[in-house]
Amino acid sequence: MSKRILGMTIALAMATTPVAAETVKVGFITTLSGGAAIIGKPMKNAFELGMEHVGGKLGGMDTEIIFGDDKRKPDVAKQLANKMVKKDRVDFVTGIIWSNLLIAIHGPVTRSKTFLISSNAGPSAVAGKKCSEDFFNVAFQNDMMPEGMGQHMSAKKIDNVYIMAPNYQAGKDMMKGFKRTFNGKIAGEVYTKLGQKDYQAEISALRAAKPTAVFVFLPGGMGINFIKQYAQAGLSDKIPLYSAYTVDAISLPALKEAAVGTFGVQHWSPDLGNSVNRRFVEGYRKKYGKTPPFYAAQAYDTVMFLDNAIRKAGGISDRAKLRAAMRAGDFPTTRGTFKFNNNHFPIQNIYLREAVNDNGNYVTKTRRVIISAHGDSYAKSCPMKW
Amino acid sequence: MDPLLLLEQAFNGLQFGVMLFLIAAGLTLVFGIMDLVNLAHGSLVMIGAYLATTLIAWTDSFIFGIALALPATFAVGVLVEVVALRTLYRRNHLDQVLATFGLILFFNEVVRIIWGAQSIYSGLPDYLSGQVEIIPGAPYPVFRLVIIAVGLIVAALIYTIVAHTRLGMLIRAGASNNEMVGALGINIKSLFTFVFALGAVFAGLAGMMLGPLTSVEPGIGEPLLILAFVVIIIGGIGSIRGAFIAAILIGMADTVGRVFLPVLLRIFVSDAAADTAGPALASMLIYILMAAILVVRPRGLFPARTG
Amino acid sequence: MNRQQIWISLITLTLFAVVPPLTVLFDQPFYLDMFARIMILAIAAVSLDLILGHGGMVSFGHAVYMGIGAYAVGILSYYGIDNGFIQFPLAMLASALIGLIFGAMSLRTSGVYFIMITLAFAQMLFFLAISLEEFGGDDGMSAARSEFAGLIDMYDGVQFYYLIFACLALVLYLLHRLVLSRFGMVIRASRSNEKRMHAIGYPTYRYKLAAFTIAGTICGLAGALFANLNEFVSPDVMHWTHSGEIMVMVIMGGIGTLIGPVLGASAFLLLEEYLPEWMEMVMTNGGEHWAIVMGPILIAIVLFGRGGIHALFASRGKIGVKQND
Repeated sequence: MSKRILGMTIALAMATTPVAAETVKVGFITTLSGGAAIIGKPMKNAFELGMEHVGGKLGGMDTEIIFGDDKRKPDVAKQLANKMVKKDRVDFVTGIIWSNLLIAIHGPVTRSKTFLISSNAGPSAVAGKKCSEDFFNVAFQNDMMPEGMGQHMSAKKIDNVYIMAPNYQAGKDMMKGFKRTFNGKIAGEVYTKLGQKDYQAEISALRAAKPTAVFVFLPGGMGINFIKQYAQAGLSDKIPLYSAYTVDAISLPALKEAAVGTFGVQHWSPDLGNSVNRRFVEGYRKKYGKTPPFYAAQAYDTVMFLDNAIRKAGGISDRAKLRAAMRAGDFPTTRGTFKFNNNHFPIQNIYLREAVNDNGNYVTKTRRVIISAHGDSYAKSCPMKW
Repeated sequence: MDPLLLLEQAFNGLQFGVMLFLIAAGLTLVFGIMDLVNLAHGSLVMIGAYLATTLIAWTDSFIFGIALALPATFAVGVLVEVVALRTLYRRNHLDQVLATFGLILFFNEVVRIIWGAQSIYSGLPDYLSGQVEIIPGAPYPVFRLVIIAVGLIVAALIYTIVAHTRLGMLIRAGASNNEMVGALGINIKSLFTFVFALGAVFAGLAGMMLGPLTSVEPGIGEPLLILAFVVIIIGGIGSIRGAFIAAILIGMADTVGRVFLPVLLRIFVSDAAADTAGPALASMLIYILMAAILVVRPRGLFPARTG
Repeated sequence: MNRQQIWISLITLTLFAVVPPLTVLFDQPFYLDMFARIMILAIAAVSLDLILGHGGMVSFGHAVYMGIGAYAVGILSYYGIDNGFIQFPLAMLASALIGLIFGAMSLRTSGVYFIMITLAFAQMLFFLAISLEEFGGDDGMSAARSEFAGLIDMYDGVQFYYLIFACLALVLYLLHRLVLSRFGMVIRASRSNEKRMHAIGYPTYRYKLAAFTIAGTICGLAGALFANLNEFVSPDVMHWTHSGEIMVMVIMGGIGTLIGPVLGASAFLLLEEYLPEWMEMVMTNGGEHWAIVMGPILIAIVLFGRGGIHALFASRGKIGVKQND
C-alpha cells in the first residue's frame, strides 16, 4: 500500500515538475562551422536579437535556447535533434537551413510530438502528402521564388531565356517551378555540378546560344563565382541576369559592382517599410554592423512566431491549443503580411528585388510585388484540413 | 556542333589544364622524391590565394601583391616542411595520409580564424579585366589568356630545371632512387625542403590566379587537390612530363565533357534523361578515365620510377 | 591475436552491453542512440582493419560500401520492401558485388596507386548517388526502419541497440577466427612479402580480393544499420572525408588489432561530440573552431601514438603488426 502511494507521489512529482517550472525550451540547430557558417551565423544572430526584443521570454515564459551545430551533415543533424528531443526535452526544434537536413530530422522530430519549425528549408517532400501537423514552415516553399520569377518574366514578355541550376534536387525543383509559370521559349537548360567554382565553359556555351536573358539558381558561393565570371566575360551589360536565392546580403558584399543591375526574387527585402522590419534591420545593423540576409529575417520571424503563439495559447502544456495559436499566423512579421496554408507553409508576397549601389552600400531594393499572397503548389496534395 | 564554340571550349580546357598542372607539379615532385603523400598540398593553394588577396589589397597593386605573395608562400612551404612534414618521410603512406588529413583540418580552421568564413572577392586591375576577340564573335577574358601563358611558361621553366640543371639531376635521381642521392653526399634535408617549398610556390601561384576568377574561401584547394592527385596518378608519379600531359587531358576532358555530354546524350535519349545523366556522367568522367588508365597501365602513363 | 586482445575485446563488449540498462535507469535514452552510432561505425572500422591492418591494403574509399548498404535499405524501403530479412542480405550482397568488382580492378595496382584508385571508385559512386534524382539526389532520402516479421521491433531503442551489438560481436568473432585461419596467415604474409608468397605458389591476388570483398560486405552491413539508425540515406555517407574518418578510427584505435578500431571509433565519435563543448567552455564561440584541435590530435596520434589506444592497454611489443605499406 505504502509502496503504491510512494509510486503515485513519484509519478505525480514527475508529472508536475515540468509544469511547475514551465520553461520553454527551444533547440536551434544550424550550421555554425565550416564554410556554410556564413548562413548559420546570421541566423543565430537574428534569433538572439529577436530574443532580446521579446525580453528573453517567449510568450512571457522563462525560455532556454539550446544551440547546436549540424556541420551541414544530415546524420549529425539527426543526432543533434535526437539529443535535443530525448535528452534536453525541448518543446520546439528550429534553425535548420538545408532541405536535406530538414528531411532527415522531419520524421523523428514530429513523431516524438515535438514541434518542428523550419526557419529556412522548404522542400516539396514535406509540403505535400507528407505534411505534418507538428511541422510549421515560417520561411518559404522552395518553388515559390522561381514561380514568381517565371511570372514576372512572362509578364515582361521576355522570351528566349537561358536557365541554369546545380544538378541536385533543389536545382531541378527550381527550374521546374520557373517553367511552371514561364510561358516563353527556353533557349537552353543546363545543370552544373553542385559546388562548382569555374563556370567559364558554361558561359561560353551560354553566349553561343544567344539568349535574351538568363535565369539562374546558384545559391551561396556558386552564385558569387558565376556572377563574377559573367561580368569578366563582358556579359553583364549584354544579357540581363535574373536569379533566385543567389543575390542577397551574404553574396552582395563579395559581388559589389558585378551584381548591380541584376534582378532577384524574394519574399523579403531589407527595405520593406513595415515597423517590425525597420526595428529588425536597424537593430541588426547596429548590433552586428551588417545588413541582414533573408535567412536572418526568417530566424527573427521564428522568434516572433513562437512568442505570439505561446502567449495566445497561454503556455505550452496544451499542444492542441498551441497548434491552433500557431496556425493563426498573426505574429508581427518582418514581411508585413503572412498567413499559413493548410500544409503549414506560408502564403506571402513575392517581391522583385534589384541589386543597387546605394552610396557604396550594396543592397537589394524592392521594385514591385510580383505576386501577392502566393501559396505553394504542393498544398493541395496535403491531406491536412483545419 | 559549332566548331568555333568547340575551339573556345578547348581554350577553357587548356586554361583549366595548366592550372591543374601548377598544382600537380609540386605534388608529383614531392611524391617522387620524398615519397610523401601530401593531402595538405591543397591547403597551399588556399594559402597562396589568401596571401595574394591580402597583399594585393595592402600594396594596392596586383603585380606587387603577387610578387610579395610568391616568396611568402615559399616561406610557408619551408615552415610546413620543417615543422610538420619532415618527420613523415620515413613513415608509410597510411600515416602520411592521416597526418596530412589532420593538417587540412588545421589549415582550414586557421584560415577561418584569420580571414573569417566569408568568401573573399578580389577584383582585377583594369588592364587585366577586358576581353580580346581571338575567336570571332567570342570575346575571351584577358586574364584567362594570362593564366594560360603563365601556366605554359612555368611548365617550360620546370621542364628546363628538371631536364637541364644540377638541381634537376638530383630531382631525377631522387625520383628513381632517393637513398642513392643521400649516399652520394648531397645534403638531402635542404634539397627536400627546397623542392617542397618550390612545389608550394607553384601551388600558391595557382591559388593566386584562381583568386580573381572564383571566390577565395576556406577549403578552396580540396576539390582541386583530388583532381591533382588524379593527374599525377595518370601521368605517373614523379614525372613532370606525365603530369603536364595528364593535366591537359583532365582539363580538356572535364570541360568538354561537362558541356558536350548532355548535348551528345540528347541525341540518344530523352531530354529529361540526358539532363539527369549528362552532368552525372560528366562528373564521373575523369574518375572513369583514371580507373581505365590504371587498369591498363597500373603505374600511370609515364612511370618515372622503375622497380 | 593474443590473450590480451581477447580480454580487451570482452571488456569493451561488456561495456557496450551495459549501456541500455544504464540509459533506462538514468532516463537518458539519447545515449542509446549515441552508442548505437559508435557501434555501427565500429563495425565499418573493423572491416577496414581487415584489409588495412592485416592485408596492408590502404583503401581510401571504404565509406562507399557503407553507402551501398545504406542505399540498398533506402531504395528497397522506397519501393515498399521493409522486410529486414530481404533488406540486410541484399545490402550485403550488393556491397560484396561492388567490392568484388572494384577490388578486382584496384588490386592490379599497389602502393599509392591503390590508395588513389580506391578513392577514384568512391568518388564515382558518390557522384552517381548525387545524380540519382529518383532517390533524392544530393538531398538524400528518408528510409523507414526495417521490419523483422515481428521478431525485433527496430523502433524500440533497446532492441535495435542489441541487434547492432550482436552484429558487432559476431563480426569481431568471425574476423578473429578468419585472421587466425590459414587464409588470414596468407593475407598477412602477402603484405610483408608478396613476391615470396607468390613464389611458393599462393595466388595472393585471389586471397587479397577475397579479403577485400569480405571487408566490403561487412561494411555494407554497417551501412544497412546506419540507414536504420538515421532513417535516412544521403550521398554524404560516401564522401571521401568520411572514408578518411573511418581510416582515422582504425589508426586511432590501433591498426591490425580488430578490437582497436572499435576503441578508435568510440574515441573519435566521442571527441567529435564533446570537443566542441569543451572548447566552448574554454572560450566563447570556441566550439566552432573544434577542427583546429582535432587536426593536431590526428597528427599527434600518427607521430607519437604508435599502436593507438589499443597499445595503451596492451603491453608494447606484443601487438607485433608492423606496417610497411
